[in-house]
Amino acid sequence: MKIDRRFFIRKVLAVGVLLALPRILFAARPDKAFAATDGDEAMATLFGETPVASDRVVLKIPEIAENGAVVPVTISTDLENVESISVVVAKNPTPLAASFALGPRSVANVSVRIKMGESSQVLAVVKAGGKHYSTSKDVKVTIGGCGG
Amino acid sequence: MIKVFVIILVATGLLATQPVSAGPERDLQAMQDFYQKRFPNVAPEEFANGLYAFDEGAREQWLELEDFPPYEIAVEEGEGYFNTPFANGNSYADCFENNGLSIKQNYPYFDSDTSKVVTLELAINQCREENGEQPLPYLRGELTAISAYMAYTSRGNTINVQVPNDNPKALAAYEAGKQFYYSRRGQLNFACSSCHVQVVGLSLRADPISTTVGQVTHFPAYRTVWGEIVTLHRRFVECNAQVRARPFESQSDEYRNLEYFLTYMSNGFELNGPSSRR
Amino acid sequence: MGKPIKIRAKMKGDIAEVKALMPHEMEAGFRRDPATNERVPAHYITDVVAEHNGDVVFTAYWGPAVSKNPFVSFSFLGAAVGDTINLHWKDNKGDSSATEAVFK
Repeated sequence: MKIDRRFFIRKVLAVGVLLALPRILFAARPDKAFAATDGDEAMATLFGETPVASDRVVLKIPEIAENGAVVPVTISTDLENVESISVVVAKNPTPLAASFALGPRSVANVSVRIKMGESSQVLAVVKAGGKHYSTSKDVKVTIGGCGG
Repeated sequence: MIKVFVIILVATGLLATQPVSAGPERDLQAMQDFYQKRFPNVAPEEFANGLYAFDEGAREQWLELEDFPPYEIAVEEGEGYFNTPFANGNSYADCFENNGLSIKQNYPYFDSDTSKVVTLELAINQCREENGEQPLPYLRGELTAISAYMAYTSRGNTINVQVPNDNPKALAAYEAGKQFYYSRRGQLNFACSSCHVQVVGLSLRADPISTTVGQVTHFPAYRTVWGEIVTLHRRFVECNAQVRARPFESQSDEYRNLEYFLTYMSNGFELNGPSSRR
Repeated sequence: MGKPIKIRAKMKGDIAEVKALMPHEMEAGFRRDPATNERVPAHYITDVVAEHNGDVVFTAYWGPAVSKNPFVSFSFLGAAVGDTINLHWKDNKGDSSATEAVFK
């Protein structure tokens, strides 16, 4: 029987990490990018480059948000070797809303619900194979008659 | 002569928009016919989904929320409260038929002993008091969660509110609720019916207006603008405040009668609460 | 200790799909308390980590613009019915929560 060495090493490493840091496995959050008050600044801090527009990044978000407090967002891509997926709301006070770190077993399809302070461009940025790709949509946030 | 004829025609056409004493059954029929005519392309059961019956974009977002809705937190909390015995060893289940499960379709009802409308929230607090517990506040928190859990166990049951023919006081309570629905109030001088009947199909700013029939099926409701689950009476308070009228108290006679009328107008609909709304 | 996470873990063919709802205020820190007019301090989940068989399969970093009672869904390969998924979160005040669920 052949032993899958890579799997074995990973297993040992995983157990090691578990012993060293019981339960909590949080890696470093990009705090500086989350603090940025400008969308370009947030992206420059997080990505170190301007993402290239790509129709292989699929952003599903309503054109007219029913309520800015809860806007459903789904981002997916067929790009290979996806490392991360991020959501940037250009006009929010702190534009970086969320960033998801994916691993080798991940399927690049993530959903989250976000807040939008006002109508804004929303960008989805995918890091794949060391490069950044993005797609964007303009989302209107309406004022409700009874809800607002 | 022609003029008189025209006036009669107009008056007949407005039957559904004006309070007339025709009895609950005929009121309900007139109301259902009115909306059917107004929205010939909307399946009648869709009115239970409020503005999502009309607005495609909003409906899609609503369905995404309903995929894993925030009110599930309240339902779970409510189940916990519901199953926690009182200090005397009894529990909510002992106060209600069928152990309190799958019974919301029977509320509100007219209690002939007290000659008052009894809502589910009121019955929950009555249950507490009968067992030596303090009543819970009505607007938010524990009581709303318990009500949400009880509504959840009643999903799919058909609303069947009764206004007994042989009890003039019950009919009076129904008529009082109906009167409330059609009475203008507040600085904006709006009645409930000003929006929900007369201009239904249009929008208040960005919100399409929900119909009177099917309006109460989904309570308690999680409102994303408030970020919490709320009772029907809290919605009444908000509606009254929005037309700049002084709201009544939760579970006041006014709101209990209004709930009686309004729930009767949803007779035949399936309960689908809790639900999420903007 | 934060409230438990509500998790739905489902196998769809060979794709393991996880949906989670986390009871949390997600206070952005911009709002004033109407009673006191004091600014309500920011209080939000900053990190979410998902583990399967000792592997971190998903990490979410969040700012205050994720909605109250956050929802997230993600998918990965290499799991089977009966496997366990562990979710943890921590927030900017040092609070945390951890919940596990089994794939159906």
